[in-house]
Amino acid sequence: MSTETMKAKYIEVQGVAQTFRTRKGAFPALRDINLTVAKGEFVTLIGHSGCGKSTLLNLIAGLTTPTEGHLLCANREIAGPGPERAVVFQNHSLLPWLTCFENVYLGVERVFGAASKSTGAVSENKAQLMARTDAALALVGLTAAAQKRPGEISGGMKQRVGIARALAMEPKVLLMDEPFGALDALTRAKLQDELLEIVARTQSTVVMVTHDVDEAVLLSDRIVMLTNGPAATIGEVLHVDLLRPRSRVALADSPTYLGYRKAVIDFLYTRQAHVEKAA
Amino acid sequence: MVSAVFHSPLATAAKDVALMTVTTPAKLVATTSTPTPVPRADTKPGYDWNGLLMAVMPPVLGLVLLVLIWSIVSMSTAGSIPTPIETAKQAFTLFSDPFYRKGPNDQGVGWNVLASLQRVALGFGLAAVVGIPAGFVIGRFDFMSRMFNPLISLMRPVSPLAWLPIGLLVFKGANPAAIWTIFICSIWPMVINTAVGVQRVPQDYMNVARVLNLSEWKILSRILFPSVLPYMLTGVRLAVGTAWLVIVAAEMLTGGVGIGFWVWDEWNNLNVAHIIIAIFVIGIVGLMLEYALIKIASAFTFEEVKS
Repeated sequence: MSTETMKAKYIEVQGVAQTFRTRKGAFPALRDINLTVAKGEFVTLIGHSGCGKSTLLNLIAGLTTPTEGHLLCANREIAGPGPERAVVFQNHSLLPWLTCFENVYLGVERVFGAASKSTGAVSENKAQLMARTDAALALVGLTAAAQKRPGEISGGMKQRVGIARALAMEPKVLLMDEPFGALDALTRAKLQDELLEIVARTQSTVVMVTHDVDEAVLLSDRIVMLTNGPAATIGEVLHVDLLRPRSRVALADSPTYLGYRKAVIDFLYTRQAHVEKAA
Repeated sequence: MVSAVFHSPLATAAKDVALMTVTTPAKLVATTSTPTPVPRADTKPGYDWNGLLMAVMPPVLGLVLLVLIWSIVSMSTAGSIPTPIETAKQAFTLFSDPFYRKGPNDQGVGWNVLASLQRVALGFGLAAVVGIPAGFVIGRFDFMSRMFNPLISLMRPVSPLAWLPIGLLVFKGANPAAIWTIFICSIWPMVINTAVGVQRVPQDYMNVARVLNLSEWKILSRILFPSVLPYMLTGVRLAVGTAWLVIVAAEMLTGGVGIGFWVWDEWNNLNVAHIIIAIFVIGIVGLMLEYALIKIASAFTFEEVKS
């Protein structure tokens, strides 16, 4: 395969279905998922809660394996989780007994501290590893909080450490599971802007799960909308052709932006109006 | 099942102090805002006597109540229970020379306490060496948990003193038998709490370990051990508490040197004042052990991830 096609099909999800075995029997969470993500693309997965967005993200992360179908990343089958597909977890998942610096260092040490046979990279010394950690914390503006424990900083700062930990590993793909879901609106907006800037600078490939329509339109190149579960699948894909850098203030009353927003809202609330089933 | 909550008897007292200090500035504002000029001395924030009073008064009153009831009981039994003053006098002579040795059955109270503590330390230490790794294994592997849970459920409710004859038979000595009893009583809380701790390591942390592709050693040292530690320390605290309860009873049966034996010896001498002193000594040592372990535990307890 040529490098061009590999760039266009950096992540490939081919005919994936996921069925969970529960006490009440088999529960089909996802079916017929076909999706490709290009290198450097920002894709968001949106849908009502329980539709399997996070399930799909976990499959790409390799934390779970699909019941049917295949997942490829850079032409290689995704067999398990690994630092080349870094995950930013919904609840930050920092280790509370380590400082912010140590939390980031843990990943850096694993990726760059050991000589890698596959890439032929030589192991870096401690000073280089520490410099990488410092750089990652500086990227998210947390140099001052490096020696603090997660319990001593705010929710927004914790999430930034989570992002720094993921970015410091220089992943091929950044997977984010509702990274700003637990934050207040103002902090969320600030972190979205920072993320836009970081992604532009690092040229990262990002797959992000969200339930926030504005977040999806503001950040994405493509919005993948999932139908309601069980047995959810991709209902529609929306290309967002807004120029970058994007400014939330300028876009607030741009007709194109509002058009995209309307399209997503239509999908979610008209065609996929969520009916809470009695459990 | 045992929970990892740390109760401190001092916490409530501290809260009272905190409440008092909060109310004081409000009072100061009220006095300064009055239109009539007030002497400077009144507005100067002095020492918080009120808070100190609230912190000290209730415990002192509690002690006074104890002494009062004690005196009444002493009077109503016509002196067969010694009065607090008499006991205090005896205690003074006793503690003026706690480390004397006049033969194997007559040693100072200090030696007795130390002998008991040594047995507790040995029995408890052995139990920790066996119990904590066992707890890790039982918590980590479902098979092991299913294998050992029925055994633990069966053995745990048995009074550790029931194991004393077995100990005497196997180890052919009073001292190792007492240590064996302590071992048996302190192993269960440590096994159970460690196992529960391992089972409750948040899945999020394990996912982090998988994404970062951490080595087994890093998983153990950076994720499993720190997150199990608070549970483990709760187990240790419960184990030490139980061990200190059991040692007194065990030593009454085995004899030799030790605070439990001392109580029984003084009962045979009909020296009730010494028995009361022993009760206080046992209580104070137990309190100190508990307090030290709470301090250690709270130093190693971190905020959990909200899920």
